[in-house]
Amino acid sequence: MGSIISVKDMCLWYGNYQALKDLNIEIPEMSITALIGPSGCGKSTFLKTLNRMNDLIPGVKISGGIYYEGTDIFSNEVDVSHLRKEIGMVFQHPNPFPMSIYNNVAYGPRTHGIKSKVQLDEIVEQALRDAAIWDEVKDRLKKNALGISGGQQQRLCIARALAIQPKVLLMDEPTSALDPISTSRIEDLIMELKKKYTIVIVTHNMQQAVRVSDYTAFFLLGELVEFGKTDDIFSQPKDKRTEDYITGRFG
Amino acid sequence: MAKKKKTSTEQVIRSTEPQGINLDHRKKKQILENIVHGIFLLLGLIAVGCVLLITVYLFISGIPAIHKIGIVDFLFGREWASTAADPKYGILPFILTSIYGTAGAVILGVPIGFMTSVYLSKIASPRVKSVMQSAVSLLAGIPSVVYGLVGMLVLVPGIRKVFNVPDGAGLLAAIIVLAIMILPSIIKMSVTALDAVPKEYEDASLALGATPIETYFRVSVPAAKSGIAAAVVLGVGRAIGEAMAVMMVAGNVPNMPDSLFQSVRFLTTTVASEMAYSSGLQRQALFSVALVLFMFIMLINATLNFFLKRDGNK
Ligand SMILES: Nc1ncnc2c1ncn2[C@@H]1O[C@H](COP(=O)(O)OP(=O)(O)OP(=O)(O)O)[C@@H](O)[C@H]1O
Ligand SMILES: [Mg+2]
Repeated sequence: MGSIISVKDMCLWYGNYQALKDLNIEIPEMSITALIGPSGCGKSTFLKTLNRMNDLIPGVKISGGIYYEGTDIFSNEVDVSHLRKEIGMVFQHPNPFPMSIYNNVAYGPRTHGIKSKVQLDEIVEQALRDAAIWDEVKDRLKKNALGISGGQQQRLCIARALAIQPKVLLMDEPTSALDPISTSRIEDLIMELKKKYTIVIVTHNMQQAVRVSDYTAFFLLGELVEFGKTDDIFSQPKDKRTEDYITGRFG
Repeated sequence: MAKKKKTSTEQVIRSTEPQGINLDHRKKKQILENIVHGIFLLLGLIAVGCVLLITVYLFISGIPAIHKIGIVDFLFGREWASTAADPKYGILPFILTSIYGTAGAVILGVPIGFMTSVYLSKIASPRVKSVMQSAVSLLAGIPSVVYGLVGMLVLVPGIRKVFNVPDGAGLLAAIIVLAIMILPSIIKMSVTALDAVPKEYEDASLALGATPIETYFRVSVPAAKSGIAAAVVLGVGRAIGEAMAVMMVAGNVPNMPDSLFQSVRFLTTTVASEMAYSSGLQRQALFSVALVLFMFIMLINATLNFFLKRDGNK
């Protein structure tokens, strides 16, 4: 399977602090890649670099390259808006806008120039269906999104991200704030989404990584220790540190 | 207060326990507690008492003149000639001047204040922000007589030259001075509201490919709209209650405000400029003017509370 994003010798500094060190990784297309590792090892930082959300933090320096479908995402020709339309993101804490459910989902398409009501209606419904929340909210699309449950909010955020039809979906611990039932619904959803999207997901939950992902990358102190098929990583890790981590001996 | 009550009941319960030696000490402590409690209550009541006193006093002294003149003649009379042989007490010119002046200040001041606050809260670098915010605070601290003075010496002659009118003192000058005076409260409150918008909302918008400017206007501003609305209402309150500065630049003649360059008089300035030498019905009528002003302010306060409450409930 081809890779959609390739990272070459990438380092990242927050001021003087080096958070990512010489990363090399190829993210396979149409599959789920899990990022695991102890707290503070740079998983979120890495994820945010892929859609250039780190640009917003003052003092960030990046070296090396990240290529999305062959194009260097840091080159001057790249339009960041367009990159973020291609590479969507779901955050750790559900963060719907304080507006109606409909407007939340329609926000992205509107931003990218879609004005026709008919078209928007269609996109909103499709996105909500894809995020497996349509049946729960179809009768209250005009209600404020802050009024639904946390698990529903997170699925709404997924729908919002899907509405701009990205190719890649980045998810930073999307279930860490949710109860087991919402979590398993979102896991099912993620596996369903794999058919249409490439997904990169950060998780602290080893079972979740095993359940949903095809590939796993293990990070430690800003370095990529091991990357490979999830089955291989969890059954026969090559690196001692990976083994220690997944068996719960540290981290 | 509720908390204090609880501790004192606790103490009552405990002091009924047979503890011997400490009993006296506890009792003394509790008496002291009650005294302090009483002092705080008294101090709190002073403010409430003042408001009540002023309200009652204004109504008592404001109503007789309205009664004598007739409410319609008073509120809608177009002529004010309080010292004429046949005195006229129509305050429509003042009401309209106050409304036009305030509206003008809002039309001019709100867009500037709003844009400034978006800039300060979202775009400006921390250093620029801190410098500009101290400048805004300073603007808020300048006494209104100084605004009036600068207005008289700079603005009034300026208007005369630019618009080629015989006298620059008038409605326009007052509007400009008021617009500047309401800027600090609008900016400060809007910045607070915009700063309070969770960063997660903005991140979500940016991650969807919106530009920063789109994000501020489509996500941050709507999320802060109650606070911004409250800021505007606060500005309105400040503008309508201002007396000194407008007295110095508005010409202070009781004309109907039918042109921007007309010499006009506000509700506030009517009271301020005539009270010293007034007597009889004229004096009573001035109280009625103050009462009308007071009603305006109450209305504005109610609006403000409405916005703030709605914000708090969210
Ligand atoms: N904005 C920032 N400024 C400075 N340092 C930062 C910033 N964000 C993260 N860091 C540092 O970079 C390192 C990696 O942080 P990151 O958030 O990527 O970790 P993480 O693997 O996602 O951890 P967690 O599992 O707790 O979410 C940490 O040491 C953190 O303190
Ligand atoms: Mg993280």
